[in-house]
Amino acid sequence: MDGIHDLGGKQGFGRVAPEADEPAFHARWEARVFAMLRAARAAGAVQNTDQFRHAIERIDPVAYLTNGYYGRWLGGIETLLREAGVLDEAAIQSRLIELGGDPDMPAAARPAERPNRVPPSTAPGSRREVAAPARFAVGDRVRTRSQGSAGHTRLPGYARGRIGRIVLHHGGWVFPDTNAHGLGEEPQHLYTVAFTGETLWGADAEPGVVVSLDLFEPYLEPADDD
Amino acid sequence: MTTDDHEHDLPPQALRAEALESLLIERGLLTADAVDEVIATYNERVGPMNGARVVARAWLDPAFRERLLADGTAAIAEFGFEGGQTEKLVVVENTPEVHNVVVCTLCSCYPWAVLGLPPRWYKDPAYRSRVVREPRRVLEEFGVRLPASTRIRVWDSSAEVRYMVLPQRPVGTEGLGEAELAARVTRDSMIGTALL
Repeated sequence: MDGIHDLGGKQGFGRVAPEADEPAFHARWEARVFAMLRAARAAGAVQNTDQFRHAIERIDPVAYLTNGYYGRWLGGIETLLREAGVLDEAAIQSRLIELGGDPDMPAAARPAERPNRVPPSTAPGSRREVAAPARFAVGDRVRTRSQGSAGHTRLPGYARGRIGRIVLHHGGWVFPDTNAHGLGEEPQHLYTVAFTGETLWGADAEPGVVVSLDLFEPYLEPADDD
Repeated sequence: MTTDDHEHDLPPQALRAEALESLLIERGLLTADAVDEVIATYNERVGPMNGARVVARAWLDPAFRERLLADGTAAIAEFGFEGGQTEKLVVVENTPEVHNVVVCTLCSCYPWAVLGLPPRWYKDPAYRSRVVREPRRVLEEFGVRLPASTRIRVWDSSAEVRYMVLPQRPVGTEGLGEAELAARVTRDSMIGTALL
């Protein structure tokens, strides 16, 4: 989806702000959220990583930018816990009030009215066999799909409709675009595709830059040499 | 380490996290000490000290370096790291001609088993938006000034492949052992936002 999460190439965010001697967690609540993801998986509310990533993409876009990484996780976890019926909004609100929270504070979570039913994964990890032979080989020129998608996808907006070259072939992997929505793992060949800075950013590109992305075969078409 | 909840300026989501956690505990889906286990794992066992050992070994052992660059996943298996997110690890080598830097523009993919949990800046919009578009400028802000002739390769982790940079070995480290070399390797040098 063309959500706020698709940040590559967006302008206006200012300087990167590194922090000296940064701890793994800045506060206990961040580790709480981390532990909650495991609980949500065990409860069957989070069946796979693609579904979880998409739940984060669906949270309130302002919250996405302001709540930080674990705030985004919390929004995604709450979304899926509520969609699975493990927790409901009323119970969360009343507990929040008991703890002294502001009941008018809007939640980042955005549960769907008719959520997808996502089955458990067929096997651990994301590598899978693909019956079909690879359509592309290392060295091939390819053009990425121009259109976006209403659902989950791993083709960033900045790399749509661009010509690049295959530099690695990684074999078959679960396809996030279907797996996130409970439409099956539909394994696809995965490639690393390299794009020159000029291809992506035109005359604004810095010199001598190549950006590589890991792209699934359905995102790619052969590019005729011209 | 800051993991005390009695600190000031906690954001509203901290309280919401507490509300959800307490409900999950009541429903038997979470134990109260799960959070302590998470904190211990990522403070003590899973962190950039693991990647630093891999880098030091690659500097000392040319055969290991070859294997690491050919198949990162297989090469790090012998270390037995936990932490996940390395189903396929690709290690990219910095040279005087090419500098590599890693990002995930769509979320915050990162090779946890070798680098631990990502720093906040890696997950924030400024880095994710800018490093694919103006890597040279972003690297300069990190204090990395590269000659104009050095090519920059940015790796946007848009699937389940994870990337780690093999930094160049600093001059003057001849004769150092694996542990001493590992102590010189920083987290940022393995993301590509620092030189050694």
